[in-house]
Amino acid sequence: MNSPAFGGALELAAGAVLVCAVVILWRRSLGAVVKVLAAQGLALGAVALVLGTQGHDGVLIAVACLVAAAKGVVIPTLLARVVGRDPTSHEAAPLVNMPAALVAAAALTFLAYAATGPVTALVPTAAGQLIPIGFATLLIGFFAMVVRRKAVSQIVGLLLVDNGIALVAFLATAGVPLLVELGASLDVLLVVAVLRVLAAQMQTTFGALDLDQLRELHD
Amino acid sequence: MLAIFVLVPPVLAGALSAVLPWRRGVGWLGTAAIGVTLAVGVALATQVVQGQPVTALGGVLRVDALSAFMVIVIGVIAVLAAWQSVRYLDAEISAGRCTRRHASLYSVLIQAFVATMLLAVLAANVGVMWVAVEATTITTAFLVGHRQGRGSLEASWKYLVICSVGIAMAFLGTVLVYLAALHAGTPGQASLDWTSLVASSHGLDPGVMRLAMALLVLGYGTKVGLAPMHSWLPDAHSQAPAPVSALMSGVLLTVAFYALLRFKAIADGALGPGFSRALLVTVGLLSLAVAASLLITQRDYKRMLGYHSVEHMGLIALGAAAGSPLAIAAVLLHILGHGLAKGVLFLASGEILLTEGTSDIARVKALVARRPALGAIFGLGLIALLGFPPFSLFVSELNMLRAQVQVGLGWVAAISLVCMAVIFAAVMSHARHLLLGPRDGDEPVHKTPAIVTVPLIGGLAVCAAIGVFAWPLDSLLQAAARVVAL
Repeated sequence: MNSPAFGGALELAAGAVLVCAVVILWRRSLGAVVKVLAAQGLALGAVALVLGTQGHDGVLIAVACLVAAAKGVVIPTLLARVVGRDPTSHEAAPLVNMPAALVAAAALTFLAYAATGPVTALVPTAAGQLIPIGFATLLIGFFAMVVRRKAVSQIVGLLLVDNGIALVAFLATAGVPLLVELGASLDVLLVVAVLRVLAAQMQTTFGALDLDQLRELHD
Repeated sequence: MLAIFVLVPPVLAGALSAVLPWRRGVGWLGTAAIGVTLAVGVALATQVVQGQPVTALGGVLRVDALSAFMVIVIGVIAVLAAWQSVRYLDAEISAGRCTRRHASLYSVLIQAFVATMLLAVLAANVGVMWVAVEATTITTAFLVGHRQGRGSLEASWKYLVICSVGIAMAFLGTVLVYLAALHAGTPGQASLDWTSLVASSHGLDPGVMRLAMALLVLGYGTKVGLAPMHSWLPDAHSQAPAPVSALMSGVLLTVAFYALLRFKAIADGALGPGFSRALLVTVGLLSLAVAASLLITQRDYKRMLGYHSVEHMGLIALGAAAGSPLAIAAVLLHILGHGLAKGVLFLASGEILLTEGTSDIARVKALVARRPALGAIFGLGLIALLGFPPFSLFVSELNMLRAQVQVGLGWVAAISLVCMAVIFAAVMSHARHLLLGPRDGDEPVHKTPAIVTVPLIGGLAVCAAIGVFAWPLDSLLQAAARVVAL
């Protein structure tokens, strides 16, 4: 059951999720960011696949395919279309420069390890010890949402948060019950679809996808 | 079986609105459908108030007294909002701001919005409850932006992004509760079932539950509009069409709070009452302080109502922090009373916006003299919202404060009274400008059509009646409070 090959594959896939998050924070070209997000979705599917194979869990293997399809293919395709329509498809001036962002990513990863002590203590398995990676991905997603100024970057940040949570769910509990998993995936898909429509409206109204345009409402 | 019939009318009405082209009749049909849901909710309440909870759909839906009470709250306010939607869409179409297709989309989404809220309060499984609360965000995103334009677009973007992140935190919290339950030995499928979670709450790992409860308060607290996660609320509530604001402010916030009440019962079993009490006191007091400071300088009456919601959600959080049966019964009465008063006020504000053409406090004057019916309704609504008798908010606020003193949170009650006094003064000074003063000599007195005033007066009358008479609500409130109280 707990052969080293499975453990290695699991570490590799979970590590890839975190690496993708850091690369997303580093790259400024939105086209590249969306491609990395697709890779992260596939890595997340791989995590579920390894866990499902290891536990001979047919449902989890099916969920793995679903996750890889939704987060690795469908959502990135939706986002790529928005990026394709935007003439200036890169982050011109994020609020934090690249070296500072990478330092922040490292700090957030340490924070994730510190905060998840009670959880890793409860799940002593090899998978359980990887849970902080999910939290780190989530925190990096938060950070990206705060410092990035493009509409697409904010959607990507939201998806990083979501992927981080999905990773925690797979590693900690081998996935939530199927009904909840299906509902949650559908919700994420719909949120991205709605945000995409709003982004398109924003482009026609403001002529750009910069969130700095959103400054009508304040006190 | 009855539990399914709560969901059937809005689903059917939504489907019909999708296939039929928009006309007034479709709107009235939607209103009637929600009326049926309300009637079924009342029937359910009489069934569960004495005896056992009922289940449906193979245990996916479960109705206890608390769920039945929330169905009634949603039903009452949704009837008012659906009624007023007909007038809103009529006005938008005749002003050329909205096509018939857009009106159909609005009608479908309103019914879907109500259905998802009903599903959230009926779900037996906290995972399904989460899916339903997240779905309310999706159904309302387009409704917030229905008036289009820069402000609406900005509001719906912020609303969707902030609430999605918030609700994602709640999902992580739910996953951690699931993890703790699995390790406490609950079998997989039952581990997200609320009843079994409460039954096994003593065995849940305290370290994980602390992290989970903090994430849940943060996450669902974002949807409730508690400070410091409230920043989307005044934007969304001021930009959305009035019936949507009424529904969002009147019930959606408290549906999210209902989720917190359910999780609080689990966390209290695992950790004792201290932990969730500390969290709720913190966000509650912060919400009161934020609302008080921002209400003073408010220049837009719809934003004013939005910040007023932040205040009331803070009061509800502080009431829940006390947690005794008295406190929870008062919290639930406050949920209904606030929903009615805030619903009526937002619907009235929609009518003011329609007739005056601005939501700027400085540019609307002397409503009581110029539009007597509308001005009186808005004034009475504010009086209700500020917690004066005979309206039910007076009783519920008093009981929440009493309960806080009883459990040793007297200092919390004292601080909230100070904040309420500041808010009272701020709102009164805005209200004086909006409502009082003489009419210009040559301006005629405007009449407000009865189709607008009748539901609003009805809402205020119910709000006053439940403040004066304990029957028939009291036994339901007591039964519902017993479900989650300490």
